[in-house]
Amino acid sequence: MKLTGFLLLLAGWGIVLSALALLGSAAAQTGFVLAGVAVEGLGLGMVARAHSILVEDEA
Amino acid sequence: MTSLPAPALSETAMALCILCIFLVPFALPGLALINTGLGRSRSSAHSMMASLCMFAVAALTYFVCGFSWQGFIGLPAHSFSVGGKAWSLIAAEPFFMRGLDFNGSSASLAAWLQILCVGLAALIPLGAGSDRWRLSASCASTALLAGWTYPLFAHWVWGGGWLAQLGVNYGLGHGFIDAGGSSSIQVVGGLTALSIAWILGPRRGKYSSNGMPAAIPGHNSVFVLFGCLLAWVGWLGLNSAGAILFTGMEIGRVPLVAVNTTLAAVSAGLTAAIVTRTRFGKPDASITANGWIGGLVASSAGCAILKPAAAVIVGAVAGALVTQAVDRFEFSLKVDDPGGAISVHALGGIWGVLAVGLFAAFSGSAPGQFLAQLIGIATLIGFVLPLTYGLNWLLNRLHPQRVAADGERQGMDLHELGADAYPEFVTHTEEFIQR
Repeated sequence: MKLTGFLLLLAGWGIVLSALALLGSAAAQTGFVLAGVAVEGLGLGMVARAHSILVEDEA
Repeated sequence: MTSLPAPALSETAMALCILCIFLVPFALPGLALINTGLGRSRSSAHSMMASLCMFAVAALTYFVCGFSWQGFIGLPAHSFSVGGKAWSLIAAEPFFMRGLDFNGSSASLAAWLQILCVGLAALIPLGAGSDRWRLSASCASTALLAGWTYPLFAHWVWGGGWLAQLGVNYGLGHGFIDAGGSSSIQVVGGLTALSIAWILGPRRGKYSSNGMPAAIPGHNSVFVLFGCLLAWVGWLGLNSAGAILFTGMEIGRVPLVAVNTTLAAVSAGLTAAIVTRTRFGKPDASITANGWIGGLVASSAGCAILKPAAAVIVGAVAGALVTQAVDRFEFSLKVDDPGGAISVHALGGIWGVLAVGLFAAFSGSAPGQFLAQLIGIATLIGFVLPLTYGLNWLLNRLHPQRVAADGERQGMDLHELGADAYPEFVTHTEEFIQR
């Protein structure tokens, strides 16, 4: 779960960079950057959840 | 390999910049005192010792290789081309700062300022690893931060890297703007703090079997609050020098930087005091201090381009954000961060960067500034966090970062340094034996 989260973080950043390099219009760039940030949010959530599960199990 | 034209400083600007850089070291004892005061008394000497050692390691590592990766605008850098646009990835300076002439040039002043900045970034994770982070491991982790993570991102922001060039290359406002280091110092340090807190795990006894956190209050509020005042002085110098060197600000705007920095700190501190007073019936000293620092952190990015009223809003939001985030990390996310480093530096810094996109007042129109700031934040979360976590995870495999269980029970002072910070407060059982 933690590894998947980190991969999602990198994937989100990849979407942001791709939007910057490949898209011309400002609206499309904004949309894809926001989508990339959303994927990163998902990844961050997964990593955070994996950590809290670990702490609860150990406690 | 490419290089952009180096910014030129007038003699007055150079003198003022030097004066401002002389103030920056105040931020270091400020953060060190806050980290120490928010930790346990039995680890306080260890915390101050670690601050000193981590600053030393950071400065030396940065001298050896950090500056050669970071560089400065006008110095050579490795770039690659995407669609005909140059993306500067990493500087191409020789090691040991051999390419620099210390003659008052903006590059030499930047190198001096950066040694202090990297030291500041290095002290941030110490707040999250308080009471359980081994001294040797914290120094090794600092070497990774100062030798690789920090210079790489700082090049992108301050060294003429691809984030700074978003305006020129893609028409996104003035490119990613961060005058005083909300992102490159604070968020990089804050995300490293998050990685360290995840890797180390919580302190023993912090969470009960039902997942509820136990309160482990800091041992010295006076240290914490005095640290805030010291940090404020340091931040005045940091934001002013950063704005002159990295955004090319005219020196006539230094008073604006000082006013914005101060207003953000005071409004953040006051907001945190009011929020805690409303929630708990009395203002909480440690959270108010965290709010104050959060305001300083958030002020850095836009200190030279925000109007004072906007700085008040930025500070107030930072104060409220930090107050909420400290609880959220502790209760919901099970992250044990005794110094509040993640809430203050990572979240405060991200808010400061975002605030530039929301409130920046430029002379001309600058469409796309918000998007440029958002791309910077996406890079911090999507690249810097996995990088710093991965490096520290590897380090933990080679050299375990957490102290042994015995050491944690005994206290870091006795276990790692062999002596307590407050020996006269130690209760010896023979003192209670009737003679």
